[in-house]
Amino acid sequence: MSILVIAEHDNSSLKQATLNVVAAAKAIGGDIDVLVAGENCGAVGEAAAKAEGVSKVLVADNAVYGHFLGENLGELVAEVGKDYSHILAAAGTTGKDFMPRVAALLDVAQVSDIMRVESEDTFVRPIYAGNAMATVKSSDSIKVITVRPTAFDPVAGEGGSATVESLDVVKDAGLSQFINEEMAQSDRPDLASAGIVVSGGRGMQNGENFKMLEQIADLLGAAVGASRAAVDAGFVPNDMQVGQTGKIVAPQLYIAVGISGAIQHWAGMSESKVIVAINKDEEAPIFQVADYGLVADLFEAVPQLEEELKKVL
Amino acid sequence: MKVLVAVKRVIDYNVKVRVKPDNTGVDLANVKMAMNPFCEIAVEEAVRLKEKGVASEIVVVSIGPKACQEQIRTALALGADRGIHIETDEEVQSLEAAKLLKSVVEKEEPKLVILGKQSIDSDNNQTGQMLAALTGMGQGTFASEVVVEGEKVNVTREVDGGLMTVALKLPAVVTTDLRLNEPRYASLPNIMKAKKKPLDSMTPADLGVELAPRLSTLKVEAPASRQAGVKVADVAELVDKLKNEAKVI
Repeated sequence: MSILVIAEHDNSSLKQATLNVVAAAKAIGGDIDVLVAGENCGAVGEAAAKAEGVSKVLVADNAVYGHFLGENLGELVAEVGKDYSHILAAAGTTGKDFMPRVAALLDVAQVSDIMRVESEDTFVRPIYAGNAMATVKSSDSIKVITVRPTAFDPVAGEGGSATVESLDVVKDAGLSQFINEEMAQSDRPDLASAGIVVSGGRGMQNGENFKMLEQIADLLGAAVGASRAAVDAGFVPNDMQVGQTGKIVAPQLYIAVGISGAIQHWAGMSESKVIVAINKDEEAPIFQVADYGLVADLFEAVPQLEEELKKVL
Repeated sequence: MKVLVAVKRVIDYNVKVRVKPDNTGVDLANVKMAMNPFCEIAVEEAVRLKEKGVASEIVVVSIGPKACQEQIRTALALGADRGIHIETDEEVQSLEAAKLLKSVVEKEEPKLVILGKQSIDSDNNQTGQMLAALTGMGQGTFASEVVVEGEKVNVTREVDGGLMTVALKLPAVVTTDLRLNEPRYASLPNIMKAKKKPLDSMTPADLGVELAPRLSTLKVEAPASRQAGVKVADVAELVDKLKNEAKVI
Protein backbone atom coordinates (compact mmCIF):
# COMPACT_ATOMS: atom_id res chain seq x y z
CA MET A 1 0.00 0.00 0.00
CA SER A 2 1.08 3.53 -0.67
CA ILE A 3 -0.36 6.49 1.12
CA LEU A 4 -0.31 10.12 0.08
CA VAL A 5 -0.69 12.63 2.90
CA ILE A 6 -1.50 16.19 1.88
CA ALA A 7 0.40 18.57 4.16
CA GLU A 8 -1.43 21.36 5.94
CA HIS A 9 0.67 24.52 6.15
CA ASP A 10 0.71 28.28 5.70
CA ASN A 11 3.50 28.35 3.06
CA SER A 12 6.14 28.98 5.74
CA SER A 13 5.61 26.32 8.39
CA LEU A 14 4.13 22.86 8.58
CA LYS A 15 1.02 22.66 10.76
CA GLN A 16 1.00 20.08 13.51
CA ALA A 17 -2.19 18.56 12.10
CA THR A 18 -0.03 17.09 9.32
CA LEU A 19 1.86 15.03 11.92
CA ASN A 20 -1.44 13.73 13.28
CA VAL A 21 -2.47 12.71 9.77
CA VAL A 22 0.86 10.93 9.22
CA ALA A 23 0.08 9.03 12.43
CA ALA A 24 -3.25 7.94 10.93
CA ALA A 25 -1.37 6.89 7.78
CA LYS A 26 1.01 4.79 9.92
CA ALA A 27 -2.00 3.09 11.48
CA ILE A 28 -3.12 2.08 7.97
CA GLY A 29 0.39 0.90 7.12
CA GLY A 30 2.45 1.20 3.96
CA ASP A 31 4.78 3.72 2.36
CA ILE A 32 3.92 7.28 3.28
CA ASP A 33 4.57 10.16 0.91
CA VAL A 34 3.70 13.74 1.74
CA LEU A 35 2.55 16.29 -0.83
CA VAL A 36 3.28 19.92 -0.02
CA ALA A 37 1.42 22.22 -2.39
CA GLY A 38 1.79 25.96 -1.98
CA GLU A 39 3.74 29.01 -3.01
CA ASN A 40 7.33 29.56 -1.80
CA CYS A 41 6.79 26.58 0.44
CA GLY A 42 10.30 25.05 0.31
CA ALA A 43 10.72 25.32 4.09
CA VAL A 44 7.52 23.33 4.56
CA GLY A 45 8.89 20.59 2.35
CA GLU A 46 12.09 20.45 4.46
CA ALA A 47 10.03 20.27 7.65
CA ALA A 48 7.83 17.49 6.27
CA ALA A 49 10.92 15.48 5.33
CA LYS A 50 11.90 15.37 9.02
CA ALA A 51 8.59 13.86 10.11
CA GLU A 52 8.83 10.31 11.43
CA GLY A 53 7.73 7.60 9.01
CA VAL A 54 7.67 9.67 5.84
CA SER A 55 9.58 8.18 2.89
CA LYS A 56 9.21 10.89 0.27
CA VAL A 57 8.08 14.50 0.13
CA LEU A 58 6.71 15.94 -3.09
CA VAL A 59 6.75 19.71 -3.32
CA ALA A 60 4.46 21.46 -5.80
CA ASP A 61 5.57 25.07 -5.51
CA ASN A 62 3.54 27.39 -7.69
CA ALA A 63 1.53 30.60 -7.34
CA VAL A 64 -1.65 28.72 -8.33
CA TYR A 65 -1.50 26.82 -5.01
CA GLY A 66 -0.59 29.84 -2.88
CA HIS A 67 -4.02 30.30 -1.36
CA PHE A 68 -5.02 26.64 -1.30
CA LEU A 69 -7.96 27.12 -3.67
CA GLY A 70 -10.03 23.93 -3.71
CA GLU A 71 -10.39 23.83 -7.50
CA ASN A 72 -6.62 23.87 -8.16
CA LEU A 73 -5.65 21.63 -5.25
CA GLY A 74 -8.43 19.21 -6.19
CA GLU A 75 -7.03 18.72 -9.68
CA LEU A 76 -3.43 18.48 -8.46
CA VAL A 77 -4.16 15.93 -5.75
CA ALA A 78 -6.38 13.86 -8.04
CA GLU A 79 -3.54 13.75 -10.59
CA VAL A 80 -0.74 12.95 -8.14
CA GLY A 81 -2.92 10.72 -5.95
CA LYS A 82 -4.26 8.39 -8.61
CA ASP A 83 -1.34 6.00 -8.17
CA TYR A 84 -1.80 5.70 -4.40
CA SER A 85 -4.09 3.40 -2.43
CA HIS A 86 -4.98 6.06 0.13
CA ILE A 87 -5.09 9.86 0.07
CA LEU A 88 -5.27 11.52 3.48
CA ALA A 89 -5.66 15.11 4.63
CA ALA A 90 -6.55 16.79 7.91
CA ALA A 91 -10.23 17.59 8.35
CA GLY A 92 -9.60 21.34 8.67
CA THR A 93 -11.35 23.82 6.42
CA THR A 94 -8.73 23.37 3.66
CA GLY A 95 -8.97 19.58 3.60
CA LYS A 96 -12.75 19.66 3.82
CA ASP A 97 -12.76 22.01 0.83
CA PHE A 98 -10.53 20.20 -1.68
CA MET A 99 -10.74 16.53 -0.68
CA PRO A 100 -14.35 15.86 -1.79
CA ARG A 101 -13.34 17.44 -5.09
CA VAL A 102 -10.47 14.95 -5.33
CA ALA A 103 -12.84 12.08 -4.54
CA ALA A 104 -15.36 13.14 -7.18
CA LEU A 105 -12.64 13.60 -9.82
CA LEU A 106 -11.41 10.06 -9.06
CA ASP A 107 -15.01 8.80 -8.90
CA VAL A 108 -14.64 7.41 -5.40
CA ALA A 109 -16.44 8.07 -2.13
CA GLN A 110 -14.82 10.04 0.65
CA VAL A 111 -14.65 8.98 4.28
CA SER A 112 -14.84 12.17 6.35
CA ASP A 113 -13.26 12.96 9.68
CA ILE A 114 -12.06 9.50 10.72
CA MET A 115 -11.21 8.98 14.38
CA ARG A 116 -9.88 5.43 14.22
CA VAL A 117 -8.36 3.04 11.70
CA GLU A 118 -9.71 -0.51 11.95
CA SER A 119 -7.97 -1.83 8.85
CA GLU A 120 -6.82 -0.59 5.47
CA ASP A 121 -10.42 -0.20 4.28
CA THR A 122 -12.40 0.16 7.50
CA PHE A 123 -12.60 3.30 9.60
CA VAL A 124 -14.55 4.73 12.51
CA ARG A 125 -16.12 8.17 12.19
CA PRO A 126 -18.61 10.21 14.17
CA ILE A 127 -22.11 10.93 12.88
CA TYR A 128 -25.03 12.91 14.34
CA ALA A 129 -22.76 15.49 15.97
CA GLY A 130 -20.69 12.76 17.61
CA ASN A 131 -23.71 11.11 19.22
CA ALA A 132 -22.99 7.92 17.30
CA MET A 133 -19.84 6.30 15.97
CA ALA A 134 -20.10 4.57 12.60
CA THR A 135 -17.70 1.87 11.42
CA VAL A 136 -17.57 2.15 7.63
CA LYS A 137 -15.90 -0.02 5.02
CA SER A 138 -14.87 1.43 1.68
CA SER A 139 -15.01 -0.68 -1.48
CA ASP A 140 -13.19 1.90 -3.60
CA SER A 141 -9.75 1.20 -5.04
CA ILE A 142 -8.50 4.57 -3.81
CA LYS A 143 -9.56 5.61 -0.34
CA VAL A 144 -9.96 9.35 0.00
CA ILE A 145 -10.03 10.19 3.69
CA THR A 146 -10.06 13.24 5.92
CA VAL A 147 -8.66 12.68 9.40
CA ARG A 148 -9.70 14.28 12.67
CA PRO A 149 -6.28 15.43 13.91
CA THR A 150 -7.16 15.37 17.62
CA ALA A 151 -8.00 11.66 17.41
CA PHE A 152 -4.42 10.63 16.56
CA ASP A 153 -1.26 11.33 18.54
CA PRO A 154 1.17 13.14 16.24
CA VAL A 155 4.31 11.41 14.97
CA ALA A 156 7.62 13.03 15.87
CA GLY A 157 8.38 16.09 13.79
CA GLU A 158 12.13 15.50 13.97
CA GLY A 159 14.42 12.63 13.13
CA GLY A 160 12.98 11.54 9.80
CA SER A 161 15.01 11.78 6.62
CA ALA A 162 12.71 11.58 3.65
CA THR A 163 13.81 12.54 0.18
CA VAL A 164 12.40 15.77 -1.22
CA GLU A 165 11.37 15.96 -4.86
CA SER A 166 9.93 18.92 -6.61
CA LEU A 167 6.88 18.41 -8.77
CA ASP A 168 6.20 20.62 -11.72
CA VAL A 169 2.55 19.70 -12.13
CA VAL A 170 0.67 22.99 -12.53
CA LYS A 171 -3.10 22.76 -12.34
CA ASP A 172 -4.96 25.98 -12.70
CA ALA A 173 -8.67 25.28 -13.01
CA GLY A 174 -9.26 28.95 -13.81
CA LEU A 175 -12.52 28.92 -11.90
CA SER A 176 -11.66 30.91 -8.82
CA GLN A 177 -9.46 33.73 -7.70
CA PHE A 178 -8.21 34.74 -4.28
CA ILE A 179 -9.35 38.24 -3.29
CA ASN A 180 -8.28 38.73 0.31
CA GLU A 181 -8.24 37.27 3.78
CA GLU A 182 -8.74 38.51 7.28
CA MET A 183 -6.96 36.30 9.75
CA ALA A 184 -7.52 36.74 13.47
CA GLN A 185 -4.27 37.72 15.17
CA SER A 186 -3.35 35.88 18.32
CA ASP A 187 -0.19 35.07 20.25
CA ARG A 188 -1.93 32.20 22.02
CA PRO A 189 -1.57 28.60 20.93
CA ASP A 190 -3.66 27.32 18.04
CA LEU A 191 -7.11 26.37 19.32
CA ALA A 192 -7.29 23.01 17.55
CA SER A 193 -4.00 21.75 19.01
CA ALA A 194 -3.76 23.59 22.35
CA GLY A 195 -3.17 21.52 25.48
CA ILE A 196 -5.57 23.66 27.49
CA VAL A 197 -8.63 25.50 26.20
CA VAL A 198 -10.66 28.09 28.09
CA SER A 199 -14.04 28.69 26.45
CA GLY A 200 -16.78 31.21 27.04
CA GLY A 201 -20.45 31.11 26.14
CA ARG A 202 -23.48 33.33 26.20
CA GLY A 203 -23.00 33.78 29.94
CA MET A 204 -19.99 36.01 29.24
CA GLN A 205 -22.54 38.70 28.25
CA ASN A 206 -20.20 40.67 25.97
CA GLY A 207 -16.90 40.60 24.13
CA GLU A 208 -15.19 42.82 26.68
CA ASN A 209 -15.68 40.17 29.37
CA PHE A 210 -13.70 37.63 27.30
CA LYS A 211 -10.63 39.54 28.53
CA MET A 212 -11.12 37.74 31.84
CA LEU A 213 -10.77 34.42 30.03
CA GLU A 214 -7.78 35.68 28.08
CA GLN A 215 -5.99 36.46 31.33
CA ILE A 216 -6.65 32.94 32.60
CA ALA A 217 -5.54 31.54 29.24
CA ASP A 218 -2.29 33.51 29.37
CA LEU A 219 -1.54 32.13 32.83
CA LEU A 220 -2.13 28.58 31.64
CA GLY A 221 -0.63 28.93 28.16
CA ALA A 222 -4.07 28.04 26.86
CA ALA A 223 -6.12 28.89 23.78
CA VAL A 224 -9.46 30.69 24.07
CA GLY A 225 -12.57 29.18 22.51
CA ALA A 226 -16.25 30.03 22.41
CA SER A 227 -19.68 28.51 21.97
CA ARG A 228 -21.79 29.31 18.94
CA ALA A 229 -24.01 31.52 21.11
CA ALA A 230 -21.02 33.71 21.96
CA VAL A 231 -19.98 33.92 18.30
CA ASP A 232 -23.49 34.66 17.01
CA ALA A 233 -23.92 37.35 19.65
CA GLY A 234 -20.80 38.97 18.21
CA PHE A 235 -18.70 38.60 21.38
CA VAL A 236 -15.81 36.95 19.52
CA PRO A 237 -14.88 36.01 15.92
CA ASN A 238 -16.19 32.81 14.39
CA ASP A 239 -12.80 31.09 14.14
CA MET A 240 -12.94 30.69 17.93
CA GLN A 241 -16.07 28.54 17.78
CA VAL A 242 -15.83 25.04 19.24
CA GLY A 243 -18.51 22.57 18.16
CA GLN A 244 -20.07 20.47 15.41
CA THR A 245 -19.84 23.36 12.97
CA GLY A 246 -16.71 24.96 14.39
CA LYS A 247 -13.44 23.47 15.57
CA ILE A 248 -13.04 20.09 17.18
CA VAL A 249 -10.70 20.20 20.16
CA ALA A 250 -9.41 17.50 22.49
CA PRO A 251 -7.13 19.21 24.99
CA GLN A 252 -5.87 17.86 28.30
CA LEU A 253 -8.04 20.42 30.04
CA TYR A 254 -11.18 22.17 28.77
CA ILE A 255 -12.64 24.90 30.93
CA ALA A 256 -16.20 25.83 29.92
CA VAL A 257 -17.31 29.13 31.37
CA GLY A 258 -20.94 30.25 31.02
CA ILE A 259 -21.63 27.47 28.49
CA SER A 260 -24.77 25.36 28.95
CA GLY A 261 -23.41 22.40 26.97
CA ALA A 262 -25.74 21.93 23.97
CA ILE A 263 -25.29 18.80 21.79
CA GLN A 264 -23.61 20.86 19.08
CA HIS A 265 -21.02 22.28 21.47
CA TRP A 266 -20.43 18.90 23.05
CA ALA A 267 -19.60 17.54 19.60
CA GLY A 268 -16.56 19.81 19.53
CA MET A 269 -15.01 19.08 22.91
CA SER A 270 -16.27 15.74 24.22
CA GLU A 271 -12.87 14.10 23.70
CA SER A 272 -11.18 16.48 26.13
CA LYS A 273 -9.35 14.64 28.90
CA VAL A 274 -10.57 16.74 31.80
CA ILE A 275 -13.60 19.01 31.52
CA VAL A 276 -14.30 21.79 33.99
CA ALA A 277 -17.60 23.67 33.99
CA ILE A 278 -18.26 26.99 35.67
CA ASN A 279 -21.92 27.91 35.45
CA LYS A 280 -24.42 29.49 37.78
CA ASP A 281 -27.23 27.22 36.57
CA GLU A 282 -26.77 23.92 38.37
CA GLU A 283 -29.19 22.26 35.91
CA ALA A 284 -26.98 23.12 32.91
CA PRO A 285 -26.34 19.95 30.82
CA ILE A 286 -22.60 20.60 30.92
CA PHE A 287 -22.55 19.44 34.56
CA GLN A 288 -23.67 15.97 33.47
CA VAL A 289 -20.36 15.47 31.70
CA ALA A 290 -17.91 17.74 33.50
CA ASP A 291 -15.23 16.11 35.63
CA TYR A 292 -15.20 19.13 37.92
CA GLY A 293 -18.20 21.40 38.17
CA LEU A 294 -18.41 24.69 40.00
CA VAL A 295 -21.84 26.23 40.46
CA ALA A 296 -21.03 29.90 40.73
CA ASP A 297 -21.43 33.27 39.09
CA LEU A 298 -18.62 33.40 36.59
CA PHE A 299 -18.05 37.09 37.27
CA GLU A 300 -16.98 36.16 40.78
CA ALA A 301 -15.43 32.78 40.01
CA VAL A 302 -13.20 33.74 37.08
CA PRO A 303 -11.31 36.55 38.87
CA GLN A 304 -10.90 34.23 41.88
CA LEU A 305 -9.61 31.53 39.55
CA GLU A 306 -7.03 33.96 38.24
CA GLU A 307 -5.86 34.74 41.79
CA GLU A 308 -5.70 31.05 42.76
CA LEU A 309 -3.82 30.13 39.61
CA LYS A 310 -1.25 32.85 40.26
CA LYS A 311 -0.61 31.24 43.65
CA VAL A 312 0.05 27.75 42.32
CA LEU A 313 1.67 28.37 38.93
CA MET B 1 -30.61 34.17 -13.12
CA LYS B 2 -31.83 30.81 -12.00
CA VAL B 3 -30.75 29.49 -8.60
CA LEU B 4 -30.89 25.82 -7.64
CA VAL B 5 -31.02 24.92 -3.97
CA ALA B 6 -30.60 21.40 -2.61
CA VAL B 7 -32.29 20.56 0.69
CA LYS B 8 -32.14 17.46 2.87
CA ARG B 9 -34.60 15.96 5.32
CA VAL B 10 -32.82 15.06 8.54
CA ILE B 11 -33.55 14.40 12.18
CA ASP B 12 -34.43 17.66 14.00
CA TYR B 13 -31.26 19.17 15.42
CA ASN B 14 -32.61 19.27 18.97
CA VAL B 15 -33.31 15.54 19.13
CA LYS B 16 -30.95 13.47 21.24
CA VAL B 17 -30.35 10.53 18.93
CA ARG B 18 -30.42 6.95 20.10
CA VAL B 19 -28.35 4.17 18.62
CA LYS B 20 -30.40 1.04 17.84
CA PRO B 21 -29.69 -1.88 20.19
CA ASP B 22 -28.67 -4.08 17.23
CA ASN B 23 -26.05 -1.47 16.20
CA THR B 24 -27.38 -1.18 12.64
CA GLY B 25 -27.95 2.55 12.84
CA VAL B 26 -29.71 5.35 14.64
CA ASP B 27 -33.36 4.95 15.58
CA LEU B 28 -35.36 7.24 13.30
CA ALA B 29 -38.80 5.74 13.99
CA ASN B 30 -41.21 8.35 15.38
CA VAL B 31 -38.45 10.93 15.62
CA LYS B 32 -39.12 14.53 14.63
CA MET B 33 -37.67 15.30 11.20
CA ALA B 34 -36.94 18.72 9.72
CA MET B 35 -35.02 20.51 7.02
CA ASN B 36 -31.27 20.39 7.67
CA PRO B 37 -30.37 23.74 9.29
CA PHE B 38 -27.64 24.53 6.74
CA CYS B 39 -30.15 23.88 3.92
CA GLU B 40 -32.58 26.38 5.48
CA ILE B 41 -29.80 28.95 5.27
CA ALA B 42 -29.28 28.03 1.60
CA VAL B 43 -32.98 28.57 0.85
CA GLU B 44 -32.96 31.88 2.72
CA GLU B 45 -29.93 33.10 0.75
CA ALA B 46 -31.62 32.22 -2.55
CA VAL B 47 -34.79 34.04 -1.49
CA ARG B 48 -32.75 37.10 -0.52
CA LEU B 49 -31.03 37.04 -3.92
CA LYS B 50 -34.48 37.01 -5.50
CA GLU B 51 -35.63 39.90 -3.34
CA LYS B 52 -32.58 41.86 -4.45
CA GLY B 53 -33.50 41.22 -8.07
CA VAL B 54 -30.41 39.05 -8.63
CA ALA B 55 -32.23 35.71 -8.86
CA SER B 56 -35.22 35.30 -11.16
CA GLU B 57 -36.27 31.78 -10.28
CA ILE B 58 -35.50 29.47 -7.38
CA VAL B 59 -35.73 25.73 -7.93
CA VAL B 60 -35.46 23.53 -4.87
CA VAL B 61 -34.45 19.87 -5.09
CA SER B 62 -34.43 17.08 -2.55
CA ILE B 63 -33.41 13.43 -2.79
CA GLY B 64 -35.01 10.73 -0.66
CA PRO B 65 -38.25 9.03 0.29
CA LYS B 66 -41.73 10.46 -0.33
CA ALA B 67 -41.62 12.30 3.00
CA CYS B 68 -38.95 14.68 1.58
CA GLN B 69 -41.78 16.50 -0.16
CA GLU B 70 -42.55 18.04 3.22
CA GLN B 71 -39.15 19.77 3.21
CA ILE B 72 -39.59 20.84 -0.43
CA ARG B 73 -42.97 22.37 0.50
CA THR B 74 -41.27 24.16 3.39
CA ALA B 75 -38.74 25.66 0.96
CA LEU B 76 -41.58 26.66 -1.37
CA ALA B 77 -43.33 28.35 1.55
CA LEU B 78 -40.12 30.25 2.28
CA GLY B 79 -40.07 31.64 -1.25
CA ALA B 80 -38.75 29.02 -3.70
CA ASP B 81 -40.72 28.87 -6.97
CA ARG B 82 -40.87 25.18 -7.77
CA GLY B 83 -39.65 21.87 -6.49
CA ILE B 84 -38.01 18.73 -7.82
CA HIS B 85 -38.20 15.54 -5.81
CA ILE B 86 -35.87 12.69 -6.71
CA GLU B 87 -37.64 9.83 -5.07
CA THR B 88 -35.80 6.82 -3.70
CA ASP B 89 -36.06 4.72 -0.58
CA GLU B 90 -32.44 3.60 -0.89
CA GLU B 91 -29.59 5.14 1.08
CA VAL B 92 -28.02 7.91 -1.02
CA GLN B 93 -24.37 8.71 -0.28
CA SER B 94 -22.69 12.02 -1.07
CA LEU B 95 -21.11 10.97 -4.38
CA GLU B 96 -24.44 9.62 -5.63
CA ALA B 97 -26.27 12.72 -4.43
CA ALA B 98 -23.73 14.82 -6.32
CA LYS B 99 -24.29 12.73 -9.47
CA LEU B 100 -28.06 13.11 -9.18
CA LEU B 101 -27.70 16.85 -8.64
CA LYS B 102 -25.35 17.04 -11.60
CA SER B 103 -28.08 15.72 -13.91
CA VAL B 104 -30.53 18.22 -12.46
CA VAL B 105 -27.97 20.98 -13.07
CA GLU B 106 -27.58 19.84 -16.68
CA LYS B 107 -31.35 20.02 -17.20
CA GLU B 108 -32.02 23.24 -15.35
CA GLU B 109 -28.80 25.11 -16.11
CA PRO B 110 -28.79 27.30 -12.99
CA LYS B 111 -26.21 30.07 -12.63
CA LEU B 112 -25.79 29.40 -8.96
CA VAL B 113 -26.25 26.24 -6.92
CA ILE B 114 -26.54 26.67 -3.16
CA LEU B 115 -26.24 23.81 -0.69
CA GLY B 116 -25.65 23.59 3.04
CA LYS B 117 -22.02 22.92 4.02
CA GLN B 118 -22.97 19.68 5.77
CA SER B 119 -25.97 17.70 6.89
CA ILE B 120 -26.23 17.26 10.63
CA ASP B 121 -26.90 13.52 10.36
CA SER B 122 -24.00 12.15 8.29
CA ASP B 123 -21.76 15.19 8.97
CA ASN B 124 -19.92 14.48 5.70
CA ASN B 125 -19.43 17.98 4.29
CA GLN B 126 -18.87 16.62 0.75
CA THR B 127 -21.84 17.00 -1.60
CA GLY B 128 -21.35 20.61 -2.72
CA GLN B 129 -17.67 20.10 -3.46
CA MET B 130 -18.37 16.86 -5.34
CA LEU B 131 -21.10 18.52 -7.39
CA ALA B 132 -18.74 21.38 -8.24
CA ALA B 133 -16.08 18.90 -9.37
CA LEU B 134 -18.49 16.85 -11.48
CA THR B 135 -19.96 19.90 -13.20
CA GLY B 136 -16.59 21.65 -13.56
CA MET B 137 -17.74 24.64 -11.52
CA GLY B 138 -15.88 26.71 -8.96
CA GLN B 139 -16.82 26.29 -5.33
CA GLY B 140 -17.34 28.76 -2.51
CA THR B 141 -17.54 26.53 0.53
CA PHE B 142 -18.49 27.56 4.10
CA ALA B 143 -19.86 30.90 2.88
CA SER B 144 -20.66 33.68 5.30
CA GLU B 145 -21.25 36.27 2.57
CA VAL B 146 -22.30 35.93 -1.06
CA VAL B 147 -22.24 38.87 -3.48
CA VAL B 148 -23.13 38.36 -7.14
CA GLU B 149 -21.40 40.86 -9.43
CA GLY B 150 -22.07 40.41 -13.13
CA GLU B 151 -20.60 37.10 -14.26
CA LYS B 152 -18.86 36.51 -10.95
CA VAL B 153 -19.78 35.76 -7.40
CA ASN B 154 -17.65 36.91 -4.48
CA VAL B 155 -17.84 34.48 -1.60
CA THR B 156 -16.45 35.18 1.85
CA ARG B 157 -15.54 31.85 3.40
CA GLU B 158 -15.14 30.86 7.03
CA VAL B 159 -11.72 29.20 7.21
CA ASP B 160 -9.49 28.08 10.08
CA GLY B 161 -7.93 31.26 11.36
CA GLY B 162 -10.44 33.75 9.99
CA LEU B 163 -12.16 34.70 6.75
CA MET B 164 -11.11 34.41 3.13
CA THR B 165 -12.80 35.95 0.09
CA VAL B 166 -12.68 34.36 -3.35
CA ALA B 167 -14.20 35.38 -6.68
CA LEU B 168 -15.81 32.56 -8.64
CA LYS B 169 -16.84 32.46 -12.27
CA LEU B 170 -20.54 31.76 -12.72
CA PRO B 171 -22.03 29.21 -12.82
CA ALA B 172 -20.72 28.21 -9.40
CA VAL B 173 -21.54 26.16 -6.32
CA VAL B 174 -21.81 27.79 -2.90
CA THR B 175 -22.16 25.95 0.41
CA THR B 176 -23.54 27.82 3.40
CA ASP B 177 -22.09 28.32 6.83
CA LEU B 178 -24.28 29.14 9.81
CA ARG B 179 -23.46 32.82 9.80
CA LEU B 180 -24.54 33.50 6.22
CA ASN B 181 -28.00 34.63 7.31
CA GLU B 182 -30.86 34.17 9.75
CA PRO B 183 -33.58 32.09 8.03
CA ARG B 184 -37.12 33.49 8.14
CA TYR B 185 -40.23 31.64 9.26
CA ALA B 186 -42.86 30.67 6.72
CA SER B 187 -46.14 32.53 7.22
CA LEU B 188 -49.44 30.65 7.11
CA PRO B 189 -50.60 32.30 3.84
CA ASN B 190 -47.26 31.35 2.26
CA ILE B 191 -47.59 27.78 3.51
CA MET B 192 -51.04 27.64 1.86
CA LYS B 193 -49.69 29.15 -1.38
CA ALA B 194 -46.79 26.67 -1.39
CA LYS B 195 -49.26 23.81 -1.74
CA LYS B 196 -50.14 25.09 -5.22
CA LYS B 197 -46.58 25.55 -6.42
CA PRO B 198 -45.31 22.97 -8.94
CA LEU B 199 -43.42 19.95 -7.64
CA ASP B 200 -42.01 17.44 -10.14
CA SER B 201 -41.22 13.97 -9.00
CA MET B 202 -38.68 11.73 -10.66
CA THR B 203 -36.47 8.76 -9.86
CA PRO B 204 -32.71 8.25 -10.08
CA ALA B 205 -33.39 5.99 -13.10
CA ASP B 206 -35.19 8.87 -14.86
CA LEU B 207 -31.99 10.86 -14.47
CA GLY B 208 -29.85 7.97 -15.69
CA VAL B 209 -28.04 7.62 -12.37
CA GLU B 210 -27.53 4.23 -10.83
CA LEU B 211 -27.21 4.19 -7.07
CA ALA B 212 -24.07 2.26 -6.22
CA PRO B 213 -23.00 2.97 -2.64
CA ARG B 214 -19.25 2.58 -2.10
CA LEU B 215 -19.28 2.73 1.65
CA SER B 216 -20.99 0.15 3.78
CA THR B 217 -21.76 0.81 7.40
CA LEU B 218 -20.68 -2.21 9.41
CA LYS B 219 -22.00 -0.96 12.71
CA VAL B 220 -23.13 2.11 14.58
CA GLU B 221 -22.34 2.42 18.27
CA ALA B 222 -22.99 4.90 21.01
CA PRO B 223 -19.85 6.89 21.84
CA ALA B 224 -18.04 6.05 25.05
CA SER B 225 -20.19 7.62 27.70
CA ARG B 226 -18.82 10.13 30.09
CA GLN B 227 -20.03 10.28 33.64
CA ALA B 228 -20.58 13.40 35.66
CA GLY B 229 -17.63 14.01 37.93
CA VAL B 230 -17.71 15.95 41.14
CA LYS B 231 -19.00 19.35 42.09
CA VAL B 232 -16.45 21.46 43.89
CA ALA B 233 -17.39 23.94 46.59
CA ASP B 234 -15.21 26.84 45.53
CA VAL B 235 -12.45 28.04 43.25
CA ALA B 236 -9.67 27.08 45.67
CA GLU B 237 -10.87 23.48 45.70
CA LEU B 238 -11.14 23.49 41.92
CA VAL B 239 -7.55 24.65 41.46
CA ASP B 240 -6.35 22.17 44.06
CA LYS B 241 -8.09 19.27 42.27
CA LEU B 242 -6.77 20.32 38.87
CA LYS B 243 -3.25 20.51 40.22
CA ASN B 244 -3.09 17.58 42.60
CA GLU B 245 -5.79 15.15 41.47
CA ALA B 246 -6.10 15.58 37.70
CA LYS B 247 -2.56 16.96 37.38
CA VAL B 248 -3.47 18.98 34.30
CA ILE B 249 -2.05 22.33 35.39
